[in-house]
Amino acid sequence: MNPKFGIVVFPGSNCDHDAYYALKKINNYDAEFLWHKDTDLKNSDVIILPGGFSYGDYLRTGAIARFSPIINSVIGFAEKGGIVMGVCNGFQILLEAGLLPGVMLNNISLKFVCKDVFLSVENYDTIFTNHIPSKKLLKIPVAHGEGNYFADEQTLSELERNKQILFRYVSSSGIADEASNPNGSVMNIAGLINKRGNVMGLMPHPERCCDSVLGNTDGNFIFKSIARNIIN
Amino acid sequence: MFKVKVIIKRRPSILDPQGKAVEKGAAHLGLTNIKNTRIGRFIEFTVDSADRKAAEKEVNEYCSKLLSNPIMEDYEFSLEEIK
Repeated sequence: MNPKFGIVVFPGSNCDHDAYYALKKINNYDAEFLWHKDTDLKNSDVIILPGGFSYGDYLRTGAIARFSPIINSVIGFAEKGGIVMGVCNGFQILLEAGLLPGVMLNNISLKFVCKDVFLSVENYDTIFTNHIPSKKLLKIPVAHGEGNYFADEQTLSELERNKQILFRYVSSSGIADEASNPNGSVMNIAGLINKRGNVMGLMPHPERCCDSVLGNTDGNFIFKSIARNIIN
Repeated sequence: MFKVKVIIKRRPSILDPQGKAVEKGAAHLGLTNIKNTRIGRFIEFTVDSADRKAAEKEVNEYCSKLLSNPIMEDYEFSLEEIK
């Protein structure tokens, strides 16, 4: 079977077409856009909440999109074990919707950061990472103004205990230090999964580095992991 | 009908880089006594509820579910009856 990805389009999404391109044109998976005012997930195997500036990022990033009609369907889908992945603004929406714990604060520099970063994979035993070669650092671009992840001590220790921290910002040699942290995120957190392991959010943009013509296909390790888990 | 004024503040335990940056501007102005600048949000709207209690209930829901994120922010509001 060919896995089907549903890509939610909010007013202000701007990475929806990048995600579609990476999934459909590069990987030949089924992909379909889902309008945020609809509630039908059209039999998707995976829901992607793409990056962008949903509702202009007014109030707080993701805060208004979280109340779009389709989000109730996405929450129901996730509760039944459906695979949900939020990228950048999509990650922020997952936090606002309570599908993942914590919040995003402004980058500590107060600047929009747009550059390649290195990520360490902290847990290979997930559907998002189990086909990534062991110990490989992923080079994936970030592009955000609010990626400074924050959660209280108790939540952070739970995240650690349950191996929910999926990706950390690291140096090119794999060290999670302050210099390699683009936004001030606590514990260099770049991506998380929920306790059940079916909902994932990350700030970097894997859909932007899947095409070999761009000289970097590290992002595709994540999409291929998801697809192989569905096929098997 | 009530006029509502909401103030949303970042929790004291949460760093406010925006406030810090603005305070640097104060120092450049020569205002060296200015300390602890914190930037929040002010929102006003009306609520057409039957009485004050019903209005407070609705405003609390608006504030806690949408206008503020309880993980990082606190809110307070005032109600003023208008005709």
